[in-house]
Amino acid sequence: MSIEPSSLEIDFLASSTLALADPQLRRNFRRAMDGLMAKRAACFPDPAEWTRTQALGAAIRAKNLLILPELLERLERNLTKNGITVHWAGTVDQANQTVLELLQARGAKALVKGKSMVSEEMGLNHFLAAHGIEALESDLGEYIIQLDGEMPSHIIMPAIHKNKDQIARLFSERIKHAKYTEEVDELTAMARAVLRQKFLDADAGLSGVNFAVAETGTLCLVENEGNGRMSTHVPRLHIALMGLEKVVERLEEVAPLYSLLTRSATGQAISTYLNLISGPRGGGEQDGPREVHLVILDNGRSRIYQDPELRTTLACIRCGACMNHCPVYTRIGGHAYQAVYPGPIGSILTPQVEGVGLRHELPHASSLCGACEEVCPVKIPITHLLIRLRRESSHSRPGGTVLGAGTARSGLEDLAWAMWGWVLGHPGAYRISSWCATRFGRLLPAGLPLLAAWTRTRSKPLPGRRSLQERARAKGVPHV
Amino acid sequence: MSERDAILAGLRAALPYGTPPVLDFSVMEEKRWNPCERTARLRRCMAAVKTEFLDAGPLDWPQAVVDLVLREGLDNLLFGPHTSEGRQLAAAWPAQGPRLIAYDHPVESFKQELFTGVAAGFTTTLGGIAETGGLLLTPGPLEPRLLSLVPPVHLALLRADRIFDTLFQAFRELGWNQSLPNNALVISGPSKTADIEQTLAYGVHGPKRLIVVLVG
Amino acid sequence: MAAPHREPVVREVYFYATCLVDLFFPDAGMAGIDLLQAAGVRVILPRGQTCCGQPAFNCGYWEQARTVALSQIALFPRDLPVVLPSGSCAGMMKTQYPELFHGRPEEAAVKALAGRVFELTQFLVDQLDLKLEDLGQPVKVTLHSSCHAQREQGVLDQPKALLRQLRNVELVELERERECCGFGGAFSVREPGLAAAMACDKAEDARRTGAELVLSTDGGCLMNIGGTLDRLGPGPATRHIAQFLWERTHVH
Repeated sequence: MSIEPSSLEIDFLASSTLALADPQLRRNFRRAMDGLMAKRAACFPDPAEWTRTQALGAAIRAKNLLILPELLERLERNLTKNGITVHWAGTVDQANQTVLELLQARGAKALVKGKSMVSEEMGLNHFLAAHGIEALESDLGEYIIQLDGEMPSHIIMPAIHKNKDQIARLFSERIKHAKYTEEVDELTAMARAVLRQKFLDADAGLSGVNFAVAETGTLCLVENEGNGRMSTHVPRLHIALMGLEKVVERLEEVAPLYSLLTRSATGQAISTYLNLISGPRGGGEQDGPREVHLVILDNGRSRIYQDPELRTTLACIRCGACMNHCPVYTRIGGHAYQAVYPGPIGSILTPQVEGVGLRHELPHASSLCGACEEVCPVKIPITHLLIRLRRESSHSRPGGTVLGAGTARSGLEDLAWAMWGWVLGHPGAYRISSWCATRFGRLLPAGLPLLAAWTRTRSKPLPGRRSLQERARAKGVPHV
Repeated sequence: MSERDAILAGLRAALPYGTPPVLDFSVMEEKRWNPCERTARLRRCMAAVKTEFLDAGPLDWPQAVVDLVLREGLDNLLFGPHTSEGRQLAAAWPAQGPRLIAYDHPVESFKQELFTGVAAGFTTTLGGIAETGGLLLTPGPLEPRLLSLVPPVHLALLRADRIFDTLFQAFRELGWNQSLPNNALVISGPSKTADIEQTLAYGVHGPKRLIVVLVG
Repeated sequence: MAAPHREPVVREVYFYATCLVDLFFPDAGMAGIDLLQAAGVRVILPRGQTCCGQPAFNCGYWEQARTVALSQIALFPRDLPVVLPSGSCAGMMKTQYPELFHGRPEEAAVKALAGRVFELTQFLVDQLDLKLEDLGQPVKVTLHSSCHAQREQGVLDQPKALLRQLRNVELVELERERECCGFGGAFSVREPGLAAAMACDKAEDARRTGAELVLSTDGGCLMNIGGTLDRLGPGPATRHIAQFLWERTHVH
């Protein structure tokens, strides 16, 4: 199911309010995030090892981003040498068109999908359905939400918002001949049985790419279930989708990134499978796809790349640790963000891709606590970028490259900060204001605009009888 | 201008920024264990995710595999007949009982049987990874990709003296940065998921059981 | 024979009130000054203090933040430590000021200032190695370490180290010690639902500890948690750590 944000009314306040009022959702997410945080912590018992590996991860991503255009060309050259065809798509429309043409040219009617967040960006399933091609999710979490017509609520565990009985009910309603059971093993076995035939019958398989290696012309896929390998080895056509930032220069760089990814994402030292694809069936192989294609998607990334500071957004390896540790995400879940990528990474990526004015609420929906940044394996300065995007949403400047910069400017807010700046920039004005605050502040009605938001759930803050500066002066504390 | 050229031009339009950081891999290189520790570590890590181990010697491992197949009541075993290990296995295989099926013809000729009629698959491995557990495989003409994926049981032959400290070290020692086959693989256990209420379930789309035949 | 009497090294520091402490927690500010003076430090409170500029900075209004910041930076001309009874404001001056003035003529001066900014407990422990003697009755307390104090200033152990010196004080840790209380400055009024949910959880956590007092290095967190606790019925009171330390160690 796809979302086209420009046609949807995005109201973060409404969606987050709804989520906050849903006790089941809050319980599910609290439990899930607590579990993921604990598992991650258990994988990084040695602070020095974490710090050094994180520094290496950050350095690898920074180095690769610095030489990105050259790396992409090298990647294309080596993939092509290996028999993998490379396509480039500036927009999601072009990417969808490319995939459609590949499928139609081969008479493909059924596509089986490994997991791909880029395909969610594209709204691929919806697009293909409109053209009579079935795209079936095979990752268990994605399969579950596809049955229910939902978007993923987390980038690693798409069905994390659902609990067992919800899934049990869904399976018994939507899977043919399925009985109602809440036993996880039985539910899993049902999905396995359904999808087994789909792998067999599919005309094409689609996957994402965790890392693409330029020096060897290789696509690296990380997974636990085996559906990725099924999707990429069984059907005769394999299409891989990748954001243009996912390329690394050398194979050896994959090792630390892979270690950081599995430990940060699911608290595993290693995933079940690491699948390295460097070509279609060839050289006497008995199986594997006849054709492998890679679609490299831009969709705003090259624009993000223009700004040296915001460019670090592209270092992301999609581990999801940021959202696992985010006190906001924990309380509202992924759907409330109304974006493909939720949580802290979504709050910096989505505004840059869709427009910082349109999506200005996302960077503001953060207390800037920094929990995300603390666990980011590639050291994206998330709180700094959130503040930067807040600025961009209300200020445009010549030569600026951020999409929609300044379009959320509010005359009222400008005035408020101008007044604030005047009072606090003039000690005399501040002294008068603080005198009023201490003498009369208690008299302020709790219903005033900003105060009302505060006093809805908290008692009114009471100023002291005299300010500290007054008291200290009276007590003789020196001022020079 | 093609999509490709437009995207690359767009990236190149960005002013160069910063000097490339130096990559210090020492945190990866420092992870080292002695041979006994490596084996023990690999065992512990893989067993923790439901991998089973069958210990055997360099000469008797084919018989150990045969015994396992009989013991487990497996109807058949799919394998790559043209490796030296494959030949050894075939030589030890009993005339009666479970079938030893050669996977040396295109998958299209027996796809349905592969998916529904094969009980177990046997592969060799290039080695293992001590730090996290894991087996290194390079599927190819001799041992096809689906051999270690489709049958519900995967038997993998691992020589204890081929266990690397880390994946990083394995990449280096195997020279994979110079020559990767069409498919290379790390497998750390039977397939699993935690997508339903974060409860671990084994045997999703890949094999339900991974049995490592560990040759000391 | 008595131990030789050593004169304490006379140090001087600037004390920066911060707007929240100046207006809402003047007692705590005074306690901070008293603690420093009792340790033999000459405390200078320059006139004309207003605000570190963080609210405007966080909301992206950097011109206004710079104007205010420059007026405040001018108050500390001498090369002395600047001590603040707020982890969040100390973090602003230490890590954000250099960014705010990056590439500007004032950058060098700002960086020099940033290098001598300390949150109060950080200064008391790391610079003064302050020794405390508890004169109070047994009490159970809990500590909320603000996000900025922890993550920007690296302050987490210093408040605890000071509390551990007080033998009649039992420190019970919050279950989710590191989780944000939901203040976040403008966040608390811009996203009231979210902020309230976070504050409520923090307040409930504090109540569950059974502590009589919730302490913090940060006034914003205290206002937030304290205000929320007020609405939840009987429960712990809140106190700024400076005020608590002063009250416990000095007869009034």
